[in-house]
Amino acid sequence: MKLPPGTHFMQGNEACVEGAISAGARFFAGYPITPSTEIAEGLALRMPEEGGVFLQMEDEIASISAVIGASWAGAKALTATSGPGFSLMQESIGYAAMTETPLVIVDAMRGGPSTGLPTMVGQGDVMQAKYGSHGDYPTIALASCSVQDMFDLTVRAFNLSERYRVPTILLSDAEVGHMRGKFVVPERLEVVERLVRTDKVWHDGFAYDESLVPRMPIFGRGARVHVTGLSHDIAGYPTSDKEVHEELVHRLQDKISIHCEDICSIEVQRPGARRMLIAYGSSNFSAWEVMRAHEDVGLVTLKTIWPFPEELLRRAISGSHEVIMVEMNLGQMFREVERLVCREGSQRLRLFSAVGGEVPTPREIEHFMGAGG
Amino acid sequence: MEFFDLFREDRWPHMFCPGCGIGTVMNCFHRAFSEMNMDQDRTVFVSGIGCSSRVIGYIRADSIHTTHGRALAVATGIKLANPDLNVIVFSGDGDIGAIGGNHFINAARRNVDMSVFCINNYIYGMTGGQASTTTPYKSYSSTTPYGNREYPFDLAELAVVSGANFVARWTVRNVKELTASMMKAMQKKGFSFVEVASPCPTSFGRRNRMADPKQMFEWLKIISVRREKSQAWGLDQLDLNVEGRVSIGEFVERNRPPYGMIA
Repeated sequence: MKLPPGTHFMQGNEACVEGAISAGARFFAGYPITPSTEIAEGLALRMPEEGGVFLQMEDEIASISAVIGASWAGAKALTATSGPGFSLMQESIGYAAMTETPLVIVDAMRGGPSTGLPTMVGQGDVMQAKYGSHGDYPTIALASCSVQDMFDLTVRAFNLSERYRVPTILLSDAEVGHMRGKFVVPERLEVVERLVRTDKVWHDGFAYDESLVPRMPIFGRGARVHVTGLSHDIAGYPTSDKEVHEELVHRLQDKISIHCEDICSIEVQRPGARRMLIAYGSSNFSAWEVMRAHEDVGLVTLKTIWPFPEELLRRAISGSHEVIMVEMNLGQMFREVERLVCREGSQRLRLFSAVGGEVPTPREIEHFMGAGG
Repeated sequence: MEFFDLFREDRWPHMFCPGCGIGTVMNCFHRAFSEMNMDQDRTVFVSGIGCSSRVIGYIRADSIHTTHGRALAVATGIKLANPDLNVIVFSGDGDIGAIGGNHFINAARRNVDMSVFCINNYIYGMTGGQASTTTPYKSYSSTTPYGNREYPFDLAELAVVSGANFVARWTVRNVKELTASMMKAMQKKGFSFVEVASPCPTSFGRRNRMADPKQMFEWLKIISVRREKSQAWGLDQLDLNVEGRVSIGEFVERNRPPYGMIA
């Protein structure tokens, strides 16, 4: 049974489990890794109750591969992991993007690089969520900063993934995943189903319309489609034709960029404030406190990381004199904001970076802001 | 079923080299598939990367050409998400024995219902002839220019000890037996593995004084020992392998319940 509408109290990872079930996910494959493990454990209990499949695979590569297979067999499918496992999945994320396979990956970020700080927080996977695999390919990445987000954005990740046939990554982290809190399940939950092709499509299995998203020929329904990670024409057949390759790579990118308005979302507190903080995930906790304590400080919370919510952010910071990016890495999103500001802004831009495995305190952020004048 | 009812005529001619064994395997498969009257629309073909993995791109059915080594993991996802589908994997020694070795032993252990046809040509053919995990000891390849110093895997034995429900190995010379084993594999519930020792004159033969396909067919005859004989003679399978020989036949037939959906 789906979680009924109303207020619930759970751990972030548990809210993610319920979000997945509510979104219609019926297949999970994963491999244990801190701090995402509760998602696997939760779905091991919940999937069979919902008539779905829970599968513990031999590694993260197998996990995402099984998810790809399940998606083509018609199931809404997900996996959950953390940094080291996310690294292992990268080749297959590129494959999923190339073959336009809808799937959701929850990446509970921990301190990196390498094995790093398994039980402590980090935000170092942000660039990897877009550029981790080789070649130019699209992904969607959302960032969760509360237990409510863990539910809402899991549902949203599925909806976007199904609508645009693209691997969608929900970036959470050790803090957001492990914190407990209240969240509300709304009375009406929007759940998107992929558009499916049921006619026999032997020669144009990847044909698309102006949405640039082809309808998906699910396996076992007579489509007789061929799916490959090789460059392919609209029949799905491999080709080395330069024009076909070019068209494919551009369309894959464009099918996301033309829908930015639907995909991108940010939340703005005190628009036009003199000093504007930008944060996402658990770096938002303290930024929020700082914003509340100072009347001239505003806050932009990024809910979409990729595609980079450029338009929304431009508007949100346009009235500010100073912009301070708060994140738990050496400035991964900072560079994206810097590009935006350099190109068309006049704001003073600074980075508050914390990589110590702990969420920075509001005091530390205030001190940094003060130190800069 | 006519040949081009099963295969995509619009993709012909295929890409395989003269003397390659893959065509024979495709022929045997066509016979097995037709004979069993399998539902083409309810069968999904899965492969990894390499020459053998290109087979599925020629089959007129739903098919997915995955990343290198991951075919069995993708196949597992397909079968469990929709247990009504028949899942057939075409794969090679690179996918099964090297990059996807972990998936191979775990798929056999998990015993998900699928049939895996592994065309073992003892070499990385598509990349131009590098040693694989089945390249015979002392054989030459582009990465073993002084002879292979590693011992080869016995893939069929590996499937047996990992828990597969049905395991057989033949060479492309044994077309009748191979066809029969393919049918058995597709009938059998659970994980079935059929290995086919196959010639690659272009990449393996050329470097091992067997550039002529005829020589490779002779070689397959010399290296293969019927399993009944090798067992009767008390030969150790690993020793046999180190000599550059393989046993052929049906290795095991079990009826362990396949991995199913927990309802």
